[in-house]
Amino acid sequence: MPSSLLWAVDVHGRVYSLSTAGQYWELCKDESLQFKRLAAVKQCCWGIACDHQIYVYVHSSEVPIHYQEETYENQRWNPVDGFSDRLLPSDRWQWSDVTGLIHQPLNEFELASPQWEWESDWYVDENIGGEPTEKGGWTYAIDFPATYTKDKRWNSCVRRRRWIRYRRYNACDMWAKIPLQETGPLPDPFNDIAVGGWEITDEPLGHLSVWAVTVQGKVFYRENINDQNPEGSLWTEIQTPGEVVQITCGPGDLLCAVLWEGQLIVRDGINRDNPKGSSWKIVEPPNSENGLVQVSVGVNVLWTITRDRRVWFRRGVCSENPVGTGWICMNIEMVMVNVGLNDQVWGIGYEDRNIYFRHGVTPTEYSGKAWKIIVASREHDRASRTGSATSLASAGCFFGDEVRLPSQVSISSEVDFSSEMDKLAKKTENILETIGERASCPHASGGGDGDVASSPDIEKKCADVANVFETIPLMGASSEKWVQPVAEPPVSQAPYLTDQGGPLQDGAELIIAHSISNTMNSDPAETSSVSSVGTYPFGIEEHYVSDERPLWAWLSGGGCEVEAHTQLNWFTAQSGQPFSQLSFSMPISCTQQTVWRKQIIHQLTERSKRELEDFKHYEQAVEQSVWIKKGAMQWWRDGKPYKWIDVRVALEQFTGNDGKRDGIFFIYYTFNDEKKYLHVFSNEITILVPIANETKHSFAIYTPERTKQRWPIRLATTTEQEMYDWLAVLSLACCDSRDLHGPPSNQALWSVTCKGDIFVSEPTPNLEAAQHPLPSDQLYWRQIGGHLCIIESNSQGIVWGIGYDHTAWVYTGGYGGGFFQGLASSTDNIYTQTDVMCVYIYENQRWNPVTGYSSRGLPTDRYMWSDASGLQECTKAHTKPPSQWTWVSDWYIDFNAPGGTDREGWQYAADFPASYHGYKTIKDFVRRRRWARVYHGCTLVQINHLHQCLSVAIIRFGPLPGMEQLSTVVLSLHKILQVIVGTTFHPLPNRS
Amino acid sequence: MTDDRDVLRDVWFGRIPTCFTLSQDEITEREAEPYYLLLPRVSYLMLVTDKAKKHFQKVMRQEDVGEMWFEYEGVPLKWHYPIGLLFDLHASSTALPWNIIVHFKNFPESELLHCLTKDAVEAHFMSCIKEADALKHKSQVINEMQKKDHKQLWMGLQNDKFDQFWAINRKLMEYPTEEGGFRYIPFRIYQPLNERPFIQKLFRPISSEGHPHNLGDLLKEMFPAAVPPEDMEKQYQVVIHGIEPMLETPVQWLSEHLSYPDNFLHISIIPLPRD
Repeated sequence: MPSSLLWAVDVHGRVYSLSTAGQYWELCKDESLQFKRLAAVKQCCWGIACDHQIYVYVHSSEVPIHYQEETYENQRWNPVDGFSDRLLPSDRWQWSDVTGLIHQPLNEFELASPQWEWESDWYVDENIGGEPTEKGGWTYAIDFPATYTKDKRWNSCVRRRRWIRYRRYNACDMWAKIPLQETGPLPDPFNDIAVGGWEITDEPLGHLSVWAVTVQGKVFYRENINDQNPEGSLWTEIQTPGEVVQITCGPGDLLCAVLWEGQLIVRDGINRDNPKGSSWKIVEPPNSENGLVQVSVGVNVLWTITRDRRVWFRRGVCSENPVGTGWICMNIEMVMVNVGLNDQVWGIGYEDRNIYFRHGVTPTEYSGKAWKIIVASREHDRASRTGSATSLASAGCFFGDEVRLPSQVSISSEVDFSSEMDKLAKKTENILETIGERASCPHASGGGDGDVASSPDIEKKCADVANVFETIPLMGASSEKWVQPVAEPPVSQAPYLTDQGGPLQDGAELIIAHSISNTMNSDPAETSSVSSVGTYPFGIEEHYVSDERPLWAWLSGGGCEVEAHTQLNWFTAQSGQPFSQLSFSMPISCTQQTVWRKQIIHQLTERSKRELEDFKHYEQAVEQSVWIKKGAMQWWRDGKPYKWIDVRVALEQFTGNDGKRDGIFFIYYTFNDEKKYLHVFSNEITILVPIANETKHSFAIYTPERTKQRWPIRLATTTEQEMYDWLAVLSLACCDSRDLHGPPSNQALWSVTCKGDIFVSEPTPNLEAAQHPLPSDQLYWRQIGGHLCIIESNSQGIVWGIGYDHTAWVYTGGYGGGFFQGLASSTDNIYTQTDVMCVYIYENQRWNPVTGYSSRGLPTDRYMWSDASGLQECTKAHTKPPSQWTWVSDWYIDFNAPGGTDREGWQYAADFPASYHGYKTIKDFVRRRRWARVYHGCTLVQINHLHQCLSVAIIRFGPLPGMEQLSTVVLSLHKILQVIVGTTFHPLPNRS
Repeated sequence: MTDDRDVLRDVWFGRIPTCFTLSQDEITEREAEPYYLLLPRVSYLMLVTDKAKKHFQKVMRQEDVGEMWFEYEGVPLKWHYPIGLLFDLHASSTALPWNIIVHFKNFPESELLHCLTKDAVEAHFMSCIKEADALKHKSQVINEMQKKDHKQLWMGLQNDKFDQFWAINRKLMEYPTEEGGFRYIPFRIYQPLNERPFIQKLFRPISSEGHPHNLGDLLKEMFPAAVPPEDMEKQYQVVIHGIEPMLETPVQWLSEHLSYPDNFLHISIIPLPRD
């Protein structure tokens, strides 16, 4: 099953989606707007934004959305002009639609909304019923309207042709505003939206029923929505028996709405010919005291919430009997519920604002078994920040809340309530009185026993208002409708503040609540101004963007395809390793309410106050500084299926209290739909090696363990620049964690790789003294810019090298350069180093009787383009010079290959591999020739610390001070490379 | 609603405001200002006092600087006890900040262990964790962990990284559901000014009848005087992390939530002043 999305809005109006294959809430790509309602289906998501306008977010697909506009050009024959646009007065328009009833001249076609773009100009359709017409595309008939044929006959008095023009929808993957309607009853600001109905009819393709409710309680249906026209064309008002607050539409023919008075209305007569239905039936709420506030339907289910926040399941609802048979109460308090496309259901918890998923919903048991909290964290929470608060990602490990059972969630004791009240009282002095009044009414505090005597009058009003706030958080005061039931504003604040602010214990949350209430109190006139109040709470969003977990306000599972047996990663806390079969703690819900637990929490709070409050200015003993670099790369999976897979990487560095910086490099990947990670400590890395001769910009990370296993971590970046950025950052991290700074010491060990890259390692003082000397592959080697063939050093810090072009170089003591440029390098003693090197590749051919020598080898043969050994494939295109070096020639045939060549450069042999000779004999079945290409290492970025030194006078031959063995090396260099190499006793500048 | 993870956070982020003063006995080149720090309760003195050390060394001659040790009201402070325990045990009644005297000479050989590098702290910390896991899971969990997990525990503590530490430590806090708790609860009971360093015995979280043991049960067995009979006045304070949990608190829960990072429940029993 392909992954699909669950959509949700948090209390700040930010839209997130959670993939069935994922475990993180991802912020909507288009963050420009805040939303209050969403209605999603697979292909798109409709929403009401904070401006109360409707937007649609269409997922981009491989097939672009085209809409074909067409119009007909009609002509009549007359004896004078032949066919002309002079029609009879009784005739149709000269430009009309297919029926001839609507006047449609070409120039009156306009784009329906800014989201569309003309794809072509008008052109004539030269087809009729699948058959080509003559040029010009005319079809003929005796008269309008009649049967049109492509052939002109003697009695063809009229003709017409079809003009076509395509427009393309350009607003995929973003929120596109549905244009305001200029004609007809213009809906006032929208309040709720529902999408569904795709199972009623296949025609036209992608048909959707979109229903919307305005703040005045009117219901509108959006006409003509289909794949070609995702926005639909216009709103049609649907009469309702009362003012509607909320509407829901299932995938099939179920459509329900909630009336302001709390009844449910169910639409009757929806079918493929009439997706709008014909009449309403009223269903009474489960109990008349507490009317319905929110409802959601699927194919065969109906879930609803009543004013007392209880969740109800309607028994026996199906297409044949949309009104159902009876109510079942779920013992949980929720803000809203939403049914998905196959009757799975989600809800938002009343107190905790978590999203719950109904577990165990199957066709035999639509009501499901239990509520499970979705503990997925948000994508951006993974980015750990400075400080300790949420660096969950630091170890790639997440632990979330234990799943709570519904029966245990809503329990709330007296103690709890009064302590919440105390907290509130401090923060909101102006409603102290009110709280006093409410305190006698535990019903509204979330207790919900209902057996405590309280004034039903006040309670009902409170519940009314509370509901409005619950279902439309932050938008509460945005319409007259919602303010109406507030007979006594002071009373109305209390339930909201008590219920919302208290349990959350979140100062910011209180501010919002407060500001809304103030608006309501201070100026009733202001509350009727939709725009000013509607966006009011969002203004203070910046103050609490760092909330620790999302508090949800609305969700839509209409596009989310999950089955009862679907494996989801939403509910378990995630870690790199699979969880053992052990439980972490006693079920929290059992212990949560107990006195000793409360007392511990209380004492801990007191302790913090006592020990911290007056001492906040003291310095922290342990500095918390975390520094992170993140990115996307590809990783060569070192196990099946052995291929490059996309990964996210993060380098996290922190400073220990000894001032030493340490780092961990994380690679996050998905395998079998499971999120995993691997990590390397920066102090474990032994070497970072760029791999140049490949199609990808890749590098390898070695640790002692991985060297042993011969499996370095191989990573590839998209650009070369990115690769060198990462190499530089990682190298620095390694140096930091090993406390390596500045240039290599005099005792440093130098080496060159077969590619000419130079690496240096700092020996530890006890390297030689140790009983078990450290092998070189366990030392840390850092790269130093430059390109050399041979390098030698002595204990005095004098370092010599010889390039591939046989130039001798000496190290001047600078550091940095190469890809370290600008990061941590000295500006002194950095020079440009040049080198020239030739790379060789071989073109191999085999003889066969038909074509002679050709590049068609035997299956067992080597690559037709290879290195000298034939083991590695080396093509002209993919052979690259080393880092930051450039080709200075094109590929040319090397006629000087050892063994001699013929006039085309070929060398012949009986078979691969064998000895090659430069002439063809009768026994030679294979041949090869060598191609060469020269690269040059003197690019602009190649700043280096090896200083050309051929001008240094030769003072002495023989051993370098302190290192006798070197004498032989120097001598051999002399022989092979034909250059005279010497050394000096005078220390070079800046080297002591 | 606060959940138990918040308890873990509160415990982890407990801080003691401390004033370090150089001992009068030390020879300085100029007056040494006191140094103020917020010490993490769950950490160890040697891990968090680098700043203070540097501060005082600035005013001292290099040859006068010996191994650093700390003293509070005449009591040398054991570096291998968590800071929170030292404070609860010796200074719970003091006014804050906690005044600690810093010494660089006259190391009290008989009372303190030497601690020349942080490796000593690490070794001690890891051995405590291993001992605790031996009690809890017959060492199964700690032995199954990789070296880097051990390192992560240590680094988490050293760098005060709650999440890094708990990502691994939670495994040490798991137990088979059917058993309802650890095998034995790793705990140590301390008294101020007692020759005996601490009380540590085997104690199961669940009674033989299957009831969860609570703190009161533990104390009745280990230190009966701390559980006053109903009609008697309280003689002792039982302090963990600066708070006095109710005697009804299940020890299993305490072990999971109020243990120090070394996985031990360090309980201080402080005599109440008599009138």
